[in-house]
Amino acid sequence: MPDASGLEAIAQELRDADPTSVLGTTHSGGRAEIQIDPERNVAVLEHLRGRGYSFLASLHGVDYYPHEPRLGVIYELLDMTEVDRISVKARVSTDDPRIASVIGMWPGANYPEREVYDMFGVEFDGHDDLRRILMPEDYEGHPQRRDFPVGGEPVLFTYNETDGYGADL
Amino acid sequence: MSVLSDYRKREQSVTMSTEVAGLGETHELLTLNIGPHHPATHGVLRLIATLEGEVVRDIKPIIGYVHTGIEKTAEDKQYWKVIPVIERMDYLSYYFNPMAYCGAVETLLGLEVPPRAQYLRVIHLELNRIMSHLVWLGTSALDLGAMSMFWYCFRERETILDLFEMSSGQRMHTRYFQVGGVIEDIPVGFAEKVQAFVDEMPTRADQYADLLEKNEILLSRLRDTCILDEQTLLGLSVTGPLLRAAGNPWDLRKAAPYSSYDHFDFKIPVGSVGDNYDRFRVRHAELYESTKIIQQALDGLPEGPFIADDRKVVLPPRHELATSMEALIHHFKLVTEGFRVPEGEAYYPIEGPRGELGCFVRADGSAKPARVHMRDPSFVNLQALAPMVKDAYIADLIATLAMLDPILGGIDR
Repeated sequence: MPDASGLEAIAQELRDADPTSVLGTTHSGGRAEIQIDPERNVAVLEHLRGRGYSFLASLHGVDYYPHEPRLGVIYELLDMTEVDRISVKARVSTDDPRIASVIGMWPGANYPEREVYDMFGVEFDGHDDLRRILMPEDYEGHPQRRDFPVGGEPVLFTYNETDGYGADL
Repeated sequence: MSVLSDYRKREQSVTMSTEVAGLGETHELLTLNIGPHHPATHGVLRLIATLEGEVVRDIKPIIGYVHTGIEKTAEDKQYWKVIPVIERMDYLSYYFNPMAYCGAVETLLGLEVPPRAQYLRVIHLELNRIMSHLVWLGTSALDLGAMSMFWYCFRERETILDLFEMSSGQRMHTRYFQVGGVIEDIPVGFAEKVQAFVDEMPTRADQYADLLEKNEILLSRLRDTCILDEQTLLGLSVTGPLLRAAGNPWDLRKAAPYSSYDHFDFKIPVGSVGDNYDRFRVRHAELYESTKIIQQALDGLPEGPFIADDRKVVLPPRHELATSMEALIHHFKLVTEGFRVPEGEAYYPIEGPRGELGCFVRADGSAKPARVHMRDPSFVNLQALAPMVKDAYIADLIATLAMLDPILGGIDR
């Protein structure tokens, strides 16, 4: 993790490249995080990648319900030479959850992006195989969203098999 | 006319193709479904393989068959009650999952784990790593036709499970790790039994090597098959023994030590070619290194508390409940409501048996986590299967899948 001033320096570099790309930074509890504009995620990540944070350790989604914009896509980047981590967070709204895919940079983002799509409904533009990955193909809804109820999952029997998943929810 | 001759008659009426089998314009691709229930898929994994003759041209893994929504369930449980459910994700690394989770929660709480607890954690983590590798070695050898390896590996695994039972009361999914330390100190006689195991394990690992390393069938199936270079693996976010087999000595225990791993002297086995044989050798060599770590942790086990003494987070000792009103109140509050974690987010990565196991926890100030996400190495590493087996024989696909060591409980969560 870069120290507080190091994080600010990185954020400033990003602002120099594109003044609207960085929305803020957080440095606390062993975590350095840059909040970015979701429209510019590829440019920001490409810059950080060129800066040494070349390994995408994890990509996951978060639902910040009831705060807006609700959904967050978090990239945990790792610099293997300096052994340094940085997190990049892009928030998108549930009305049009859309963000560019980073598969071009990291082919390993394929499954994690599909998981975020499956669980939170975030569409990754440029992902060539954006299908559900853990839930059934015909499942309706995005179960990791905070307003998706726990339980009440309909069990598929012969009498209701034509109704599809979640038909009586 | 008997049934058999009737069948023969019908057989004769079939016009057989006169074309010579082999590559050509008429040669077509065959789509073969493997799994989801198949002994060689190491769990409920379905593979759709496109074959040209015996050569795999493309493969698509289909997962999600054992998805149980553990991450969703965790959001509905108090922090300390999340531990038993996340242990069941990757069911062969049930000490690693709570380690990553507790590490993330401890980071959010700013809780210091006492040295003895850290050492006890290391002992159990490394026993678990050996146990996980033994299951991998046994089942992989079974996939490659070496049946007796399975029994030998499971014999040593039983010894480890007995040790787990001794320290925690459970053989699997032990709930031994708690936020702040471990649930109980090790019982009398545990250290001696671990010592006996540590003394025996290198000899056993030597025996495995003797059985396998001179086995011509095994060697010819592993050597120079399904090579994938380091850069491709890094692009696919692959970590753990698979990356180390390709020559990159990345190991979080060395690179970013947690839980006192910097106190121990051990080596990181790396491969040179990145083929299946290297993957096999790296994991096999890790058996010795883990044994060394356990030995050092056992010798240097510090005295002191086995769990932090923050009464707002950690249950008070049982005996205090009879004499202290305050302890009783704390106990009651912790068991009914649980402890609250200040708002924040943490990502805590550790080196699991299969690679980087990272736990992301978002706390919203309540007694339940707002989000728990496990970056499970099996899930990410599975993406490397297709590039590994492309243009390889289907028999090598089985060997590669075995060397990939996917745990479907961890993939599907």
